[in-house]
Amino acid sequence: MNDPIRSGRLSTLAAAFVVARRDFTAILFSRSFFFFLLGPLFPVVIALMAGGVGQHVNDAADHPRLGVAMATADVDAMLAARGALAPRLNDAMPELVVVRRLAPGETIDARVELARGDIAALLTGTPRAPVLTGTPAQIAAWQGPVSLLAAQALGEAPKSYPQVALAGTASSSAGERKGRLLTAQAAQTLLFLLTMLLAGMVLSNLVEEKSNKIIEILAAAIPMDAVFFGKLFAMLGVSFVGIAVWASLGGSLVLAAGSALPALPAPAVGWPLMLLLGVIYFAMAYLLLGSVFLSIGSMASTVREVQTLSMPVTMLQLMNFFLASYAMTQPGSPVEIAAIAIPFSSPFTMLARAAQDPAVLPQIAAIAWQGLCVVIFVRLGARLFRSRVMKSGPTRPARPRKSLLARLKPARA
Amino acid sequence: MRIDLGEWQVAGNDSPPASGMDRPLAIEARGLVKRFDGFVAVDGVDLSVPEGAIYGILGPNGAGKTTTLRMLLGIIEPDAGLRRILGAERPHDVAHAIGYLPEERGLYPAMKAVEAIAFVGALRGLPLAEGRRRARRLLEEHGLGYAADRQIRQLSKGMAQQVQILGTLVHEPRLVIFDEPFSGLDALNQGKLERMIRALAENGTTVIFSTHVIAHAERLCDEVAIIAGGKVPFAGSVDVARDRIRPQVRLETRAQHGPWRAALPADARHEGAFWSFALPESGAEPLLRALIEGDAGILSLSIERAGLHDAFVAIAGEAAARALEEDKPEEMRR
Repeated sequence: MNDPIRSGRLSTLAAAFVVARRDFTAILFSRSFFFFLLGPLFPVVIALMAGGVGQHVNDAADHPRLGVAMATADVDAMLAARGALAPRLNDAMPELVVVRRLAPGETIDARVELARGDIAALLTGTPRAPVLTGTPAQIAAWQGPVSLLAAQALGEAPKSYPQVALAGTASSSAGERKGRLLTAQAAQTLLFLLTMLLAGMVLSNLVEEKSNKIIEILAAAIPMDAVFFGKLFAMLGVSFVGIAVWASLGGSLVLAAGSALPALPAPAVGWPLMLLLGVIYFAMAYLLLGSVFLSIGSMASTVREVQTLSMPVTMLQLMNFFLASYAMTQPGSPVEIAAIAIPFSSPFTMLARAAQDPAVLPQIAAIAWQGLCVVIFVRLGARLFRSRVMKSGPTRPARPRKSLLARLKPARA
Repeated sequence: MRIDLGEWQVAGNDSPPASGMDRPLAIEARGLVKRFDGFVAVDGVDLSVPEGAIYGILGPNGAGKTTTLRMLLGIIEPDAGLRRILGAERPHDVAHAIGYLPEERGLYPAMKAVEAIAFVGALRGLPLAEGRRRARRLLEEHGLGYAADRQIRQLSKGMAQQVQILGTLVHEPRLVIFDEPFSGLDALNQGKLERMIRALAENGTTVIFSTHVIAHAERLCDEVAIIAGGKVPFAGSVDVARDRIRPQVRLETRAQHGPWRAALPADARHEGAFWSFALPESGAEPLLRALIEGDAGILSLSIERAGLHDAFVAIAGEAAARALEEDKPEEMRR
């Protein structure tokens, strides 16, 4: 042979690139990637269906009705009073439902009626002496409106109402805060869902690698760190392709829907930086979780073992998400600082913070911290892999199958 | 009368076998130790592999061959000891000059043969385009050109194994390490691989391979390391290993008794019409003279030089030899 072109020593980065390039192209041009792209379609459809049902339930829960059981004249007076007041008080005025028009001398057991009907409280007595029966919270909420209704029914309400001039502003401090909180929550949830959806791919990838028995060739040629980094970045690249496809489809839907979809309030750092941070924090969250999954995948040899081992990690990640969600409502608190310091909750917390706080410097510091953690976790994972997995041993056909934990114990060389 | 001095006459009477010790070392290991949670898998292994040599690591399964190779390659780190591969203390620093075929063969099933070879080359620092070019040429040279664009999953096991061997060589390494390269190959392909190993060595490439088949080591190797129970009781040339035990004499005589019997060592065994014994230290000539002058009436006499198998038994012990033959893990270290 003796070709003039010689092979040369690869840096860790170059070696990682060789692995990443192979994995990226192999996955991208595989049939399973197509199904992977379709994957989120099912949860989205289910979420939309669940959302529709939920909205219906929510609507019913948000508009509780007040039952009325009075003498016929009193009922009519109360209904007329509501008709007069409702245009001014809008949702503050409960919807009235006539439960029964009472004959003279007739009484009613309010508790029985409450248990029977779909009303939140029952109004009995007379407009002069109304009796409101219901749960403490509900009757406390309706005490004022009922009093106003009774006064109107008795003709004792104000005869005229001064015209209130309306001077609208784009936002108020409280409204802005609430809006940004909504944006933060949406960003955090999206980030979490994408991370959980995509990080699992790393697991199956390494299990496949082990079943192909190619891992030893990789480990002999390049440092294990480079193998792990290569695999992580390949899967990150694949994830970005997936997100780009989904975002394009989602964007098309948004354009098609026009103004039918609610617009999120602008985040504190502005939309361009928010999107950039979203990409960076997705990468960080993905790499952090992926590095843990990769370590698990390197130790497990079957999909079942992967599922068993990854379950606690998934649960912990869920807890991290809850921590980040809680920290979002407690800016500057020790809880938020802890959520930022814990690498696995840090990306979610910081993205939510970006929606609420325009300061950029803490974002840069957090990204640096998360990047450092990625490097540490990958190195630890690579070391664990080399010390625990790359053992040789005699072939013993009659050896009974051992549990995973038992197999993590030493093997004979 | 028939006297057969066999191989012993050729190798034993001439100058001592060429030693690799005067050549620079491709691999130097001193006191390598590897423990797995207290179990000593490799226990103070010393190796010196001269550049350009064909070096065999011979031992039964479970003796520590693969762990030793993995330490040499930097796949796992030794707990103690030193290693120097092509002058580097960190094997990954010279990974571009090393080719490695692991015992457990592995390729991506969906990859085309040409891509699989180029990928292994790329891992060793060979540009991908150049790797593809060389891969096609190598496949053509080895009669597999028609399979260049076939996926690995479409190839037979033997063909896939050949593809992997070519991947081991595509970047033209200075040192090639094969872990049990002959396992899984049919006799024809074993012969091809033997020729390939010889050709590599002729081109100056150092080849080190592990095996539990003594015949391969005996045919191919300049030097061997016998490994058993994680230790290396012998490392050196095959000839030196065989010289560890004296040549075996097999004698058939017309006379049953007579003064010639005094020439036979005390532990000579009489089996049927034959006497078997180790050649006395004084050599063949005094023995022959004593037999003739003592009126033995020699019907046949053969002096066979010990084979590597006999040497292995003498060096590593019966248990290791049995394990080697039966391809079973040796139990003697328990």
